[in-house]
Amino acid sequence: MRSVAKKAYIVLILLLLYAPIITLVTLSFNASKTRAKWGGFTLKWYGSMFRNDAIMHALYTTLVLAILSALIATLIGTAAAIAMNTMKARFRMYFTAVTNIPMLNADIVTGISLMLLFLAFDAAFGFRTVLLAHITFNIPYVILSVLPKLKQTNRSVYEAALDLGATPVYAFYKVILPDIMPGIISGFFLSFTMSLDDFIITHFSKGPGLDTLSTKIYTEVKKGIKPEMYALSTLMFATVLILVIVVNYIPDADASKKQRSGKIIKE
Amino acid sequence: MRMGKGMKKSIWMAAMLVALILTGCGKAASSGEEVVVYNWGEYIDPDVLSDFETETGIHVVYDEFETNEIMYPKVESGASAYDVICPSDYMIEKMIANDLLQEIKWENIPNVSNIDPQYMNESEQFDPGNKYSIPYCWGTVGILYNRTMVTGPIDSWSVLWDEQYKDNILMQDSVRDAFMVPLKWKGRSLNTMDQAELEEARDLLIEQKPLVQAYVVDQVRDKMIGNEAALGVIYSGEAIYTQRENPNLEYVIPKEGSNIWIDSWVIPKNAEHVANAEKFIDYMCRADVALKNFEYITYATPNKAARELIEDADIRNSEIAFPDLSKCPDLEAYLYLGEEGDALYNELWKEVKSK
Repeated sequence: MRSVAKKAYIVLILLLLYAPIITLVTLSFNASKTRAKWGGFTLKWYGSMFRNDAIMHALYTTLVLAILSALIATLIGTAAAIAMNTMKARFRMYFTAVTNIPMLNADIVTGISLMLLFLAFDAAFGFRTVLLAHITFNIPYVILSVLPKLKQTNRSVYEAALDLGATPVYAFYKVILPDIMPGIISGFFLSFTMSLDDFIITHFSKGPGLDTLSTKIYTEVKKGIKPEMYALSTLMFATVLILVIVVNYIPDADASKKQRSGKIIKE
Repeated sequence: MRMGKGMKKSIWMAAMLVALILTGCGKAASSGEEVVVYNWGEYIDPDVLSDFETETGIHVVYDEFETNEIMYPKVESGASAYDVICPSDYMIEKMIANDLLQEIKWENIPNVSNIDPQYMNESEQFDPGNKYSIPYCWGTVGILYNRTMVTGPIDSWSVLWDEQYKDNILMQDSVRDAFMVPLKWKGRSLNTMDQAELEEARDLLIEQKPLVQAYVVDQVRDKMIGNEAALGVIYSGEAIYTQRENPNLEYVIPKEGSNIWIDSWVIPKNAEHVANAEKFIDYMCRADVALKNFEYITYATPNKAARELIEDADIRNSEIAFPDLSKCPDLEAYLYLGEEGDALYNELWKEVKSK
């Protein structure tokens, strides 16, 4: 009886979580433009989506932006975390607090402050400003996920490596990096998703002619969102789903690798 | 120094990507003529933009916004220099008041003769002397009703207070559009600043609240098509589209009067390519171009030459798209009420929503 209740509860939770996505997926196959009518099954929105230059361009910008900003933020954030880890406890506390604030800050505040900053430097608003903005708000997430991993590492192992004749750099790559890799990777993916779905900061730091998917979708509010967007969202959802499944369930020759990637998803 | 192979590879890849991007985006600043346009989302036929580029050789940098309020700070801060913008009536008035727009040189825009003078007259409400703006799209606000779900003629705002339509009424979820309804019903101006009139409107909205199914923005369209409500307050531009999807729907401008809205082209003060902006606006006023845009957007065009080109007589003579303004009772445009006015309306709207 109890297990039935348990299962029912899980089903309910999953249903609540996925009902909006299921609706969206269903609508992406609806031949009629309005959600109020089912006009029959169609794939035409998928076709017209790929033919729509504006959407494809926004998709390209979004992905390049997400990958680049996540990559750069991961490099900077990891370096910062390593530095913070060696600080005295009091300083580390201050630093952690300072790096946490941007995460708690409302997006609109971050967005407007970045716009004012770029204005003060007379920067040309465009891809570069958006990239800088995304790196900025991504760094704290990387620090947040790398720092705890660093705290778990055993300093003696690193010192032992040095005793055995490794240079500090070599010891870092051989001993510390593998240990904190799960943290780095989850920091990267966290940044990637943050960048992917950011709207408000992008809006304030972008210039004319540059659109990410979120700004593009938002501009369609006045005239109603077009079904092509349902199709695109469905494809993105499917891609993420497949990625997660691949990472978790495909048997891997390298057992340690598998264990590691399993951890990422859990985190 | 030895590095892990994977690490080296990923650093190398990152460096390549950065280089690619930095060289790639330098392109945006390339020489050649361009015009930077800031328009509503989905508010132009994309073919028109590419046709303009091939015909004139001017590259269009196209950007979109979703509300006047989102557009305004971007222009005011000067973060980006736009050449042509398409704001709505009250926002144009606010931009004029804050010295953000430049006067348009009419001699450079000969096609303005295609614009029906009656819309230029309406524009005078927010742009006295027609100095700053050229109408692009316009429409009215009225009641969309489902013929099979109502009894008796629908011609007055009062039906929105009729008990028999309980839970069958859709109201607009924006402060000015919501207050417009009771203000117009009682014969007031929709730009009133009179405390007593506004409080009366507030009380009427509170009284109406139990009858309202939902306060919505663009869901009116889908809900009415799906027969989910009998009456909805809606923009005339959407009425043509919804009628095509559900023939039982009818649109009416209530006899007490209503709101007329106009979205117009303007040139901001900090525009860098004024000559190109003029060419762009002139192109938009060409009859065949305006017709293309009308067919794409389905919002009424103020371009009388374009209207004559519409092949479908039903649409050309549609009372919804092109009501005879001289017969229409008391149509008013929204005016900019200043910060004080905005605050007053918002305060009263909050009282309605929280009741």
